Amino acid sequence: MTQDYNFAYLDEQTKRMIRRAILKGLAVPGYQVPFASREMPMPYGWGTGGVQVSAATLTPEDTFKVIDQGSDDTTNAVSIRKFFEKTAGVAVTEETEKASVIQTRHRIPEAALREDQILVYQVPIPEPLRFLEPRETETRKMHSLQEYGLMHVKLYEDISQHGAIATAYAYPVRVSDRYVMDPSPIPKFDNPKLEMAAIQLFGAGREQRIYAVPPYTKVVSLDFEDYPFEPTKADHACDLCGAEDSYLDEVILDDAGNRMFVCSDTDYCRSRREAGHVGRLGEEAA
Amino acid sequence: MYVAVKGGERAIENAHAWLAEERRGNGDVAELSLAQIREQLSLAVNRVMAEGSLYDPDLAALAIKQARGDLIEAIFLIRAYRTTLPRFGATKPVDTGAMDCDRRISATFKDAPGGQVLGPTFDYTHRLLDFKLAAEGGESLEAPKAAPRHQPTPHITEFLAGEDIIQREPESEAAPGDLTRQPMSFPAGRDIRLQSLTRGDEGFLLGLAYSTQRGYARNHAFVGELRIGTVAVEMEIPELGFAIEIGEVELTECETVNQFKGSKTEPPQFTRGYGLVFGQTERKAISMALVDRALRWRELGEDDLGAAAQDEEFVLSHSDNIQATGFLEHIKLPHYVDFQSELELVRKLRREAGADATREAAE
Repeated sequence: MTQDYNFAYLDEQTKRMIRRAILKGLAVPGYQVPFASREMPMPYGWGTGGVQVSAATLTPEDTFKVIDQGSDDTTNAVSIRKFFEKTAGVAVTEETEKASVIQTRHRIPEAALREDQILVYQVPIPEPLRFLEPRETETRKMHSLQEYGLMHVKLYEDISQHGAIATAYAYPVRVSDRYVMDPSPIPKFDNPKLEMAAIQLFGAGREQRIYAVPPYTKVVSLDFEDYPFEPTKADHACDLCGAEDSYLDEVILDDAGNRMFVCSDTDYCRSRREAGHVGRLGEEAA
Repeated sequence: MYVAVKGGERAIENAHAWLAEERRGNGDVAELSLAQIREQLSLAVNRVMAEGSLYDPDLAALAIKQARGDLIEAIFLIRAYRTTLPRFGATKPVDTGAMDCDRRISATFKDAPGGQVLGPTFDYTHRLLDFKLAAEGGESLEAPKAAPRHQPTPHITEFLAGEDIIQREPESEAAPGDLTRQPMSFPAGRDIRLQSLTRGDEGFLLGLAYSTQRGYARNHAFVGELRIGTVAVEMEIPELGFAIEIGEVELTECETVNQFKGSKTEPPQFTRGYGLVFGQTERKAISMALVDRALRWRELGEDDLGAAAQDEEFVLSHSDNIQATGFLEHIKLPHYVDFQSELELVRKLRREAGADATREAAE
């Protein structure tokens, strides 16, 4: 009862089907392409969309990096990286710089990506209108008619109730002046980075959708003239490397509720510390 | 002092090792064999085959053993294995009219050709714990046998069809869709709907079917017929040019006969719901038939009563327990980043709302 699997697990027919969906997604930026998602040996909701896109994208020469919450060592990132080490035998790395394909959950790396890199996002709910309208039959119609008024009303209601747009992650964007797109649950701090040199592919396995943002494509976070979009982060510097420009995780240190703030992108933090940058608690940690 | 970042890889390995130990349980107790699971937990095996969409009792038994008896986990193992299998082609439709029935009952006729055959059912057992089973070393038991029936057992609904009093199903030679090879889109069509229901979660379908009995899109169903038995699976082999039998599978088939007063488009007549499931799985097959019938409101010109069981998109999007369990359980994964952004947002909104100031004033 043993079985050898194909390169990167999926059979070639399936990979071809996924590549067609990816190409269609790149041709129509921000449009959600339905694809016949396969059952993967990891659970739905745990990155099966991203894993299928990575499987269809990887070649034996690629170097693969996986992050979850910005970190290479979170449990699910470890599990996905091991999966491709085993089924594709590709080289893996934790260095953003050295990776040709990066699969991510909930973050965009801090370091600017290059044209020869591909960023693959794991997407739980690809439909940005889902929480306004639960029916797929309706939301597809709304996209085809560019009927996005409901989304603007929601953002407006936030402002009238709370004085600000109350969306902190998975902040909706408009791609190439056409489709409203869910950038996956990245913090809105990452939204400006969606305009980048690398190819961005989004895979939602359970919901059977793939979408894409080609390099240098216009991506605008939805807002109002008098309430402009604001990428926010904790108002601190990283306590390990001193970075003031990176997204920070808050870590509770003791029962007294003392906290430290550290870069969520662990590779960015490591490379800064190696270059000699030291934060408030940096030496203690080293 | 900051320890949370590293160590994920080792933690996973250790968790897997502990899981393996727990799966085996106390080493002084004899290990379960796949044959024991297959023979003595056969209804669990059947459920795993049905919802795993793969007819292989040995693999299902392996999955149950590996999953420590968690049937949804076992179904997941089977599904993940199934997707990797090559497809050689499609079999001919199975002929359930030619089924070798172990069980065949009708609630609509006292007797009919083929008779009422109870088969191995729990139905009339008194649910009293049988402490004799707790004593091990019992001999294998043999039930009395009647002479096997050799003629085919006709479907009960055929007797009604002769009178034209039950809705006729449209015949079609069209190849059915395959929900494992095409993305789901709505409206799905009855072929995809039935495929989705037959692999759907038994508990979910049971609940939906029950809701139709309690008045949410009420449509009183009679079990026109429930049959369980084996059918031959035939496949046309291109090199031979004709179909040959390649094996047999056990199936449960349920046809319900439902009241129908007629609608704008249809005369008064009985209508049908249909359930067909791998293995001896009659609770599931009956549930499937009730939900199938509820979903047919549009085709029969009935009103949409807004009930969950009538809503194709709702039912099909949520019936798959592998999709559901995966997404449900993914909230165990780290969400530090989203949570951090929410923390900052809530702090900001509270500052702006003056909540902190009010609290300080109160202190």
